[in-house]
Amino acid sequence: MITVRGLNKTYLVAERSSGFREAAASLWRRRYRKIEALRDVGFSIGEGEIVGYIGPNGAGKSTTIKVMSGILVPDSGTCEILGRTPWKERKAHVRGIGVVFGQRSQLWWDVPVIDSFELLRDIYRVSPVDYRRNLDELVGELDLAPLLGTPTRQLSLGQRMRCELAASLLHGPRILFLDEPTIGLDAVAKLAVRAFIKRVNEERGVTVILTTHDAHDIEALAERVILIGKGRILYDGAFAVLCERYGESEDGSDSPPSLERTVARLYGEYGI
Amino acid sequence: MELYFRYALLAAKGQLRYRSTFFLTAFGQFFVPFFVFAGMVMLFGRFGNLKGWTLPEAMLCFSVIHVSFSVSECFARGFDMFGTVLSNGEFDRILVRPRSTILQVLGSRFEYSRVGRLFLAIGALVWALGNLAIDWNPLRVATLCLMILGGIAIFSGIFMLGASLCFWTTEGLEIMNVFTDGGREMAQYPLTIYQDWVRKFFTFVIPFGCVNYLPLFYVLGKPGASPFAALAPLAGFLFLLPCALVWRRGVRRFRSTGS
Repeated sequence: MITVRGLNKTYLVAERSSGFREAAASLWRRRYRKIEALRDVGFSIGEGEIVGYIGPNGAGKSTTIKVMSGILVPDSGTCEILGRTPWKERKAHVRGIGVVFGQRSQLWWDVPVIDSFELLRDIYRVSPVDYRRNLDELVGELDLAPLLGTPTRQLSLGQRMRCELAASLLHGPRILFLDEPTIGLDAVAKLAVRAFIKRVNEERGVTVILTTHDAHDIEALAERVILIGKGRILYDGAFAVLCERYGESEDGSDSPPSLERTVARLYGEYGI
Repeated sequence: MELYFRYALLAAKGQLRYRSTFFLTAFGQFFVPFFVFAGMVMLFGRFGNLKGWTLPEAMLCFSVIHVSFSVSECFARGFDMFGTVLSNGEFDRILVRPRSTILQVLGSRFEYSRVGRLFLAIGALVWALGNLAIDWNPLRVATLCLMILGGIAIFSGIFMLGASLCFWTTEGLEIMNVFTDGGREMAQYPLTIYQDWVRKFFTFVIPFGCVNYLPLFYVLGKPGASPFAALAPLAGFLFLLPCALVWRRGVRRFRSTGS
């Protein structure tokens, strides 16, 4: 379903130095630093999987998601998703995927949620029958009925995230990219979002690729994780194995360390 | 096109929720060109005419360009404000939706408070037409409509160019205002009054003259007006072509640099 091979991506970042003179000089001549965001990234993901894509800040998670969702063109490498190369057939590709950026809303700010949904229906050209069915199901599963008439700006973060998830599934995508879907949510909302992701995966067979900094998201949702650090894939396999390897108690006490500590040690171990 | 109207409708719904903001801004927008308008009336009151152009004639020139400008500012606002669309990451969202980027950027912002400006411009247009004895025929009516549409095309094209430059500079470029605001200020007077190189620039590079000054010769039936002048406003639409090309290059650059 998803096959990624040998992706490379470098960015040129303008060097900034402090001081007024340097800033003035940079108006004329700018020095660039090359940042290797992705180095020979490859993996394949089968239909119906939930994969946790983890790594510290700046490791290359978002860049990979952006390449897979057709936003960015890589320097080299191939990526085939549902038989297409995302950056070559952008419009056809994005029709089959859903994307949620946890930090940014895809809903229109000043109008009721249902108006955003209807505009999305028109953007994706969803047939009235499919739209009705998807909407009814999503409203039921996410308990959105009381929110549909509320303008997005008046929703709490948790309520908004439920609406975001619905918005990304209205056109019935087979793949869902979730970039930090639980960021900033309270415990109740986190649990609701996790339960829903699980359900979407199990009942609709939607393949889910999820980036997160919350190890509990991974524990609850993904059996398989891909660990990326400094642009390279460092580990691709069962999350349970990682927990076993890095989860034993440090100080000899019986209680295992928290999941956060385990992941922090994992990052430390890989030097990222 | 249908989708564009849905975007427009949704934005209207959103903006009407802030009623007082809307009315105050619209009211303010009415007065921005009002002072230019008043200045023009006083100028002609003092001097009678300007290189052979009477007040109603010049007013027609003024009103046509202001109608075009206010309509473009309302409907091509997405390009005008593209710096913010780009810096807050909205453009990523646009790229993961299965529609053209131009359509989605157009749909991303509308500024309906510009009806204030539009009202003044239409008022001036009606007044000018009422005080001119134009020998109307179907082609003249069509030319007048084309002048307005061509003007909208030019302003929108400049907004699009400015937006495209954001891909290279990220910050919005004030320099583009030289061409939108500056072009508007220039073109509201008949180009006759300017120096040759200014006239040429606004005829062949940014063809404001083609949607305004040249076809006016034909509409007003001035001596020496060639019938080709009636079709000059089409240059406004041609102007969109290079703008769209630059836009496409910008999008390509964005997708390879990610910033």
